[in-house]
Amino acid sequence: MTSASAIATSRSRRASRPPLSAGQRAAQRRKAFTGWMFIAPFGVVFLLFLVAPLLYAFGLSLFTKGLATGTQFAWFANYAAAFTDPSFLRGVVFVVTFSLVLIPIQMFLSLAIALVLDAVTTRFARFSRLVIFLPYAIPAVIGAIMWGFLYSPTFGPLGQVFGLFGGHAPFLLDGDHVFGGLINVVTWQWAGYYMIIIYAALQGIDPTIYEAAKIDGAGPLQVAFRIKVPLVTNALLLILVFALIGTLQFFTEPAVLRPVSNGGITADFTPNLYSYTTAFSYAQFNYASAISFALGIVVFVCVYVFLFITRKRGSFLS
Amino acid sequence: MTALTTSAARRRPAARRNVGPQIFLALLVIYFLIPLWWMVINSSKSAAGLFGGTGAMWFARDIDYLGNLQDLFTYDGGIYLHWLGNSALYAIAGGVGSTVIAVLAGYGFAKFAFRGRNLSFALLLGSVMVPLTALVIPTFILFANLHLTDTIWAVILPSLLNPFGVYLMRVYAGDAVSDELLDAARVDGAGEVRTFLQVALPLMRPAVVTVLLLSMVATWNNFFLPLAMLSDNGLFPVTVGLGLWQSLASANNGGGHSLWSLIVIGSLVSIIPLVIAFLSLQRYWQGGLSIGSLK
Repeated sequence: MTSASAIATSRSRRASRPPLSAGQRAAQRRKAFTGWMFIAPFGVVFLLFLVAPLLYAFGLSLFTKGLATGTQFAWFANYAAAFTDPSFLRGVVFVVTFSLVLIPIQMFLSLAIALVLDAVTTRFARFSRLVIFLPYAIPAVIGAIMWGFLYSPTFGPLGQVFGLFGGHAPFLLDGDHVFGGLINVVTWQWAGYYMIIIYAALQGIDPTIYEAAKIDGAGPLQVAFRIKVPLVTNALLLILVFALIGTLQFFTEPAVLRPVSNGGITADFTPNLYSYTTAFSYAQFNYASAISFALGIVVFVCVYVFLFITRKRGSFLS
Repeated sequence: MTALTTSAARRRPAARRNVGPQIFLALLVIYFLIPLWWMVINSSKSAAGLFGGTGAMWFARDIDYLGNLQDLFTYDGGIYLHWLGNSALYAIAGGVGSTVIAVLAGYGFAKFAFRGRNLSFALLLGSVMVPLTALVIPTFILFANLHLTDTIWAVILPSLLNPFGVYLMRVYAGDAVSDELLDAARVDGAGEVRTFLQVALPLMRPAVVTVLLLSMVATWNNFFLPLAMLSDNGLFPVTVGLGLWQSLASANNGGGHSLWSLIVIGSLVSIIPLVIAFLSLQRYWQGGLSIGSLK
């Protein structure tokens, strides 16, 4: 019975496609083999440096280590601890809030710059494009160090400006201002990169569309918002996802600015910083693995919620 | 004559219309240049000038770039030069290695039909979503068990993983390399390797340069991975080295004055190679960056 239906399906498949000769089938097999060979080096790297660390760390995160008890299998106790750990939760709330404020600012700014640069073609505009992109080529560590100096209330320019009027400059890394201070550092670092991606997408639009719009009486603003923005939606979604993934893993800037922040940035300021401190200052690798994984889960959930909300407009994954 | 006046008349309203946007751009240029301006100016200052000087945004009385450079390259037995060398090694090994791997895999995915291709590619796209810094501590623990931490391999090997590079190469190879051309080469008797090297690779060059540049920058700028993996400061890349100086300098406020001026000029020197690379290769990366976003 099953063999008969198998023959029937194979016959119907043969009917739609001409039968392959032995030589053709061998050629197809050879081609599949060659394809795998091209992918093999990446496959090895993928298994060794992505799958293996993930599996190993997941295993570690299921154990607890106590001074008296030694290492014990504890199922998901570390995760239960992480998701009720005020340090971890505060970090998660911070990075999520930070993303919700930062990403709209960054997107709006980089889209506005890209639209202006696409419309204005003077030599100064070309120069501006390079200057605005330049921070991308500067390591985040160095960007953070420079802004740390600029924020200094005693010898930074802010202090001197406020000093002129006899006032005291706010310290942009203390508890009250650190949010805004970091928003500025990250916007400075990344807005140019996002701008270039949007700009490249704008340059890829067929210019005859603009001609048609002009004949229909559309002004430059209408062209920008009714034609250009909708046509670069994919680029916008792509960088939104990247910005979201990057910001939720926020580490470098707070890590570098922590020593000069006078306590404004704590060791559990972001989940990644907390995980790093747990691993390297307290040598609790089991719990640190669990925090890394818990953060990974948060990132996954946030990204998929985002992709789900925007699914109708299509995404770069589909 | 008439042609000249009409073109001038036509140009003037266009130029006037651009005044608003150009002022917008000028303000942005100032904002984006402030930290760089500060760095270039303050690299000329001694520690005393840095903290007590006349103003943060202008030169102090004595301008001493050469003296500061000499300090930078001789401090602690010239460790800064080691750090620059390490950064270059990691960026070149990690960048070239991951690009070669990404080009091969992208071409394989784009141009060969085989069972499991779609599943593997879906896995790869999923891994673009895996938070890579959340991988750092797991990778550290694994490497520690293999006694690979505190070696150059601890930084180079994980940098070889570049799923987004594979994605870009697949998209680009799918468009730029035609199947007919590959078949023609095969009919002419070229083997698969030769077809790839002599027919496909030249067509993929713009994307190769972009992926290479992006992955070298990512490795050069990386902080978390080497910070976690390395404890011997002779192996540090320049980012981790400057971070170390920064924390040392802020830990002993006052006593660490000489380090602060080294940090400033060290930052300036370390960004010069990347700035030059970006400015000289701009016609490649500007085109290449649109690959991922147009699809």
